[in-house]
Amino acid sequence: MSMAEVCNANEQLVYAKNSLVTDNVMHYCPGCSHGTIHKVIAEVVSDMGLENRCIGVSPVGCSVLAYNYIDIDWAEAAHGRACAVATGIKRVCPDKMVFTYQGDGDLAAIGTGETIHACNRGENITVIYVNNAIYGMTGGQMSPTTLPGMVTATSPLGRDVKLHGYPYKIGDMVAMLDGVCYVTRQAVNSPANVRKAKKAVRTAFENSMAGKGLSLVEFVATCSSGWKLTPVAANRWMEENLFPAYPLGDIKNV
Amino acid sequence: MKEEIIIAGFGGQGVLSMGKILAYSGVMQDYEVSWMPSYGPEMRGGTANVTVILSDSPISSPIAHDFDTAILLNQQSMDKFEPMIKPGGVLIYDPNGIVHPPTRTDIDVYVLEATEECARRGNTRLFNTMMLGGYLKVRPAITVENAFKGLKKSLPERAWKSLPDNETAILSGMELIRRQ
Amino acid sequence: MKQEVRLMKGNEVIAEAAVRAGCDAYFGYPITPQTEVIETLMEMRPWETTGMVVLQAESEIASINMVYGAAACGKKVMTSSSSPGISLMGEGISYMAGAQLPCVILNVQRGGPGLGTIQPAQSDYFQAIKAGGHGDFRMLVLAPNSVQEMYDHVFLAFELAFRYRNPVMILSDGVIGQMMEKVELSEAVRRLTDEEVTERYGDWALTGRHHRNRNIVTSVQLDPHIQEGVNDTLLEKYRRAEREEVRYESTDCDDADYVIVAYGSAARISSKAVEMAREEGHRVGLLRPITLYPFPTAPIRELAGRVKGILTVEMSTGQMVEDVRLSAGCSVPVEYYGRYGGMIPTPGEVYEALKTLLIEKQA
Repeated sequence: MSMAEVCNANEQLVYAKNSLVTDNVMHYCPGCSHGTIHKVIAEVVSDMGLENRCIGVSPVGCSVLAYNYIDIDWAEAAHGRACAVATGIKRVCPDKMVFTYQGDGDLAAIGTGETIHACNRGENITVIYVNNAIYGMTGGQMSPTTLPGMVTATSPLGRDVKLHGYPYKIGDMVAMLDGVCYVTRQAVNSPANVRKAKKAVRTAFENSMAGKGLSLVEFVATCSSGWKLTPVAANRWMEENLFPAYPLGDIKNV
Repeated sequence: MKEEIIIAGFGGQGVLSMGKILAYSGVMQDYEVSWMPSYGPEMRGGTANVTVILSDSPISSPIAHDFDTAILLNQQSMDKFEPMIKPGGVLIYDPNGIVHPPTRTDIDVYVLEATEECARRGNTRLFNTMMLGGYLKVRPAITVENAFKGLKKSLPERAWKSLPDNETAILSGMELIRRQ
Repeated sequence: MKQEVRLMKGNEVIAEAAVRAGCDAYFGYPITPQTEVIETLMEMRPWETTGMVVLQAESEIASINMVYGAAACGKKVMTSSSSPGISLMGEGISYMAGAQLPCVILNVQRGGPGLGTIQPAQSDYFQAIKAGGHGDFRMLVLAPNSVQEMYDHVFLAFELAFRYRNPVMILSDGVIGQMMEKVELSEAVRRLTDEEVTERYGDWALTGRHHRNRNIVTSVQLDPHIQEGVNDTLLEKYRRAEREEVRYESTDCDDADYVIVAYGSAARISSKAVEMAREEGHRVGLLRPITLYPFPTAPIRELAGRVKGILTVEMSTGQMVEDVRLSAGCSVPVEYYGRYGGMIPTPGEVYEALKTLLIEKQA
């Protein structure tokens, strides 16, 4: 039974699952931000009437299976290569809405090169960048955006900046590139922030369709399993620790 | 008819383009042709060489290791390729910069002082076509008419204004070449 | 059909062929000895005529993934590189085979391993035929031996790539890439329109979800039962290619006592060695594989049944010879001769090797 069918016709419908969100059972952990971010994207695609023109690119990471959950055309990509794959798609199909959906391990570690060059070329695509400061899929290893002192499977004594360097601020870095028109940092930890995030994704998608250059929407996100916290505690930890390191708001909007 | 030619000298002497003109002229003459250059860092100022094969039947190997004709334009090329000329073959060289002239007696050696002549005319860019003229004189496998056509074919349209000078240089090369 | 005759370099003619074959996009990165491919394309500016996209990527890794993206949309896409660059593409090639995407990849081989030399070699045979990347897959591999075949093989490679929805490699080398020969150029085939792409490839390509269920291009199958099924599908394609796509050229083999097996530029050199041997009264022939995968196993087996010996000539330390031995069985000696590291064997050396390793041994 789908969510819509649960609603009794006699009651006033105040919220329904977007039709682009499939009925597949999500594999994401309880408390994970991916589900909400998926919903936000599906709603924007649907609001803009792009369902028949939208192609998503999902590279390796927890969200490699994102194509199971949003009912549009998708290409899976090799680890880190989403921006190159999206470039290939957008260059031969310039009328399509092309976006990538990448985690911090994918975008900020193995795929930094492809990301920065797509940004610099000003590809007319949107990059959805989900930054939870950890590798979720492989089981909680340190990523480039892991905070100093943060304990992960590969930094069991906490991230030591002398050994591993500093949290990688991709958003700030790509904002200085001329090919990039819009960089913003968002979160989906509260209804108000979900609404803001939806507006940001819409702006990014509109930029892509208008040929304004590359838009990057960073989501500061939770990984309750990787952080070994309950969903509620993970949300609180994110607000107290990640938000100061990765402050929400627009970084660039031209 | 099959003629395997090596042209070798410094990068910048127009070695590869001389080969290209020759190859195009071969096409105009209805020959099968191949043009195989040396390539890589040596192209940028070092030594350059190109093997051109003209044949009235399909060319098997585009790589040759002994040559019917060698056009050698610096000492390094002389040292390397003089021994690789077939007995009875032809060597054409410009004595400018050659300290050890060829010594083989089983080949026909020709001299063409093209560097000096081009300097006298104030146009060093005609060096390679003048050398080519010398070749056409001693190995008349290609008519002058077809060489002119090949010259035009091998140049981009924007360079066609230099055609008359190059044609004259070919004719001069034919006159100036002499036996050593 | 055939028209214009031109004198062109192997690398230049690839660009001409791509445009004339109705290619939709080329993505590449400069590396000697194949850089003329992208240089020529940039000079031709096909985006102003046919609408073909030409883009210089930031690396070979990016190139092959751009190819993946564009191919996922049902487009005719190609890239080119030379040995070290092809190694970088290995991952992307594997993903394309896994996701069943068509594409054409040109490798203008140079000597290795490592940075090696920029001079010609045939030392990527194993990589092209056995291990283009991780996982159970094959590329179809064509081996041109002339500038004309460089041209023709672009058309053939696209045809095979779409017939099998699989990457096809044109395995060339610095000799064929750098040399100029006469080439006949055929009339241009126009690019497919988006509507035609949707009509032909709409069952798998990312053309947008019009009036159909969405398409997903992927090579990930977490359930091993499903992955095994994918492997079966691929295997079935490769078996079909082995039955239907073997191409080779056999010269002077009918009365031959000895046969040389060689591909690409080594075959050109060997054909002169055959001429030299024939001039001295030795009955020698040449078998030239045009497809290296699928390999001409049956014709080599047939030859092995009636000749006194086979010599494999290649510009490597002995790679294809393994497949020639597998094909020939044990009935006849199969010897190897080669130069490598950027050195090119002379016809005289090949003929000498033939005499020393086979003819004189058996006299």
